[in-house]
Amino acid sequence: MFHIGLAHYLTVAAILFTLGVAGIFLNRRNVITIMMSIELILLAVNLNFVAFSHALGDLVEAVFTMFILTVAAAEAAIGLAIVVVFFRNRGTIAVEEINQMKG
Amino acid sequence: MSEFPNLVPALPELFMAGSALVLLLVGVFAKKDLTAGLSALAVFVMIVACALVPAAGAAHAVTFSGLFVVDGFTVFTKLLVLVAAAFALAMSVNWLHKERAERFEYPVLVLFATIGMMMMISANNMISLYLGLELQSLSLYVLAAFQRDNAKASEAGLKYFILGSLASGMLLYGASLVYGFAGSIGFDDLAHAFAHGAPIGVVVGVVFILTAMAFKISAVPFHMWTPDVYEGAPTPVTSFFAVAPKVAAFSLLVRLLIGPFGELVQQWQQVVIFISIASMLIGAFAAINQKNIKRLMAYSSIGHVGYALMGLAAGDEAGIRGVLIYLSIYLFMNVGTFAVILSMRHKGRAMENISDLAGLSKTHPAMALWMMVFMFSMAGVPPLAGFWGKFYVFMAAIDKGLITLAIIGVLTSVVGAFYYLRIIKVMYFDETVEVLDRGVGAGLGVIMAVNALLILAFSFVPMPLISSAGAAAAALFRG
Repeated sequence: MFHIGLAHYLTVAAILFTLGVAGIFLNRRNVITIMMSIELILLAVNLNFVAFSHALGDLVEAVFTMFILTVAAAEAAIGLAIVVVFFRNRGTIAVEEINQMKG
Repeated sequence: MSEFPNLVPALPELFMAGSALVLLLVGVFAKKDLTAGLSALAVFVMIVACALVPAAGAAHAVTFSGLFVVDGFTVFTKLLVLVAAAFALAMSVNWLHKERAERFEYPVLVLFATIGMMMMISANNMISLYLGLELQSLSLYVLAAFQRDNAKASEAGLKYFILGSLASGMLLYGASLVYGFAGSIGFDDLAHAFAHGAPIGVVVGVVFILTAMAFKISAVPFHMWTPDVYEGAPTPVTSFFAVAPKVAAFSLLVRLLIGPFGELVQQWQQVVIFISIASMLIGAFAAINQKNIKRLMAYSSIGHVGYALMGLAAGDEAGIRGVLIYLSIYLFMNVGTFAVILSMRHKGRAMENISDLAGLSKTHPAMALWMMVFMFSMAGVPPLAGFWGKFYVFMAAIDKGLITLAIIGVLTSVVGAFYYLRIIKVMYFDETVEVLDRGVGAGLGVIMAVNALLILAFSFVPMPLISSAGAAAAALFRG
């Protein structure tokens, strides 16, 4: 039977993290996609933490994960609020339109 | 096992957190708008905290099961953060009133951000580091977008939010790698973990953490959010962004690199030298073409971060002393300059272009004089304070053999002098186009004068600051 070990978890987390970062920079459509990418990054980190925590056999990182989940919720709330404010002012949330300031 | 933690070292933070919650409740339940009153109270809370900080951090102490540390270094940087935040808040009230953006959340958010910064400074574990950083960042995202009917401000908030969250994600990923390969996230444990070299996973993790911290101090190549956020955010918020969060993030970066990752100096020194050089270059050259003074200040702050990083690159006690002196002087120069920017109004409208300063020496001689002091000091013209700030970081770098770094620093500060001197030329030699309003606020004039006099005082009596910065740096290395 195929055994799933630490390396597999780390690989999945690294792939998710890379997808999240790429999603922020390659995405040209919509700010909501960027918010989802940020969540993806944080979840990749959580997966990393839980995998390490299990492998090392201590609970410190499991606790850290709880903190990250809590803060991520607050961050998503604030991010969506800012997106709403932006939409009210500009009538769009397309990424190309976030361009009033340059230089 | 779980005895009650010693609360005394965290007294200033606890006091501020309690006060912030009380102010929030008062603001929510008050029948009319209390922004001005609450701001005054918040400044008062910060002044009381300034008195509590030295008492709470008189000796090296670790509490909350090793999560929270105080020593001479935290006292010094916390005082800088508190002074910067108090000045920024005091300058905001007038502006918020004039722009009809008075909402009581403003002083409360500034207080929460300041508590977050003090938590960052005292962090002794990745968890407390992360929570302090996020408390600060989440408050700052909201502050950047505080003028919610202004398209530029909401754009600034959005950009800051996206890049700030990305930086937090990188920090966490780095922390997870360090934990996985070193087996601990406490700074005290990590400090002794790498005596016989570090696994590659730890090095990768440290680079991720460095990247995130470079975002927070807006060092090149992670500076791209800075000009947009500085330009778009409301001016008093920019004056807050320009100093307090930078001092806090810098202090955290210094503690991380000297404490837990002190044995990895070979690995991180190259990175710090690179971002220092890149920041000095971008700060000097990209600022030349700017017309908006807030944007100019953004590039100027990127350059200043580069100079301060030079002291960190030296990595010894003299270098850290240089960083602390540099940050203290940077604080007063920036607060003063932003007081001038906040006073720039024409027929009640806020002005932001450098050309709006034309002929200032004839219409507002005092303001032009103070601005000249700040600009000469930022350019590093002797004998003003800015020169001494640069002198101590350059000396530290040269003593460590980082000659190339110091030479690039001198050359970029010559280039940087161009745009600082241009402002003085515009103020003193150009013809007045639009006369700026008089009597914008007596408080701003007082803040300008106080900061200019502090800079002059330091220029001629430098010893008190130098010796206290030296003591703070020594405390970091002892702890």
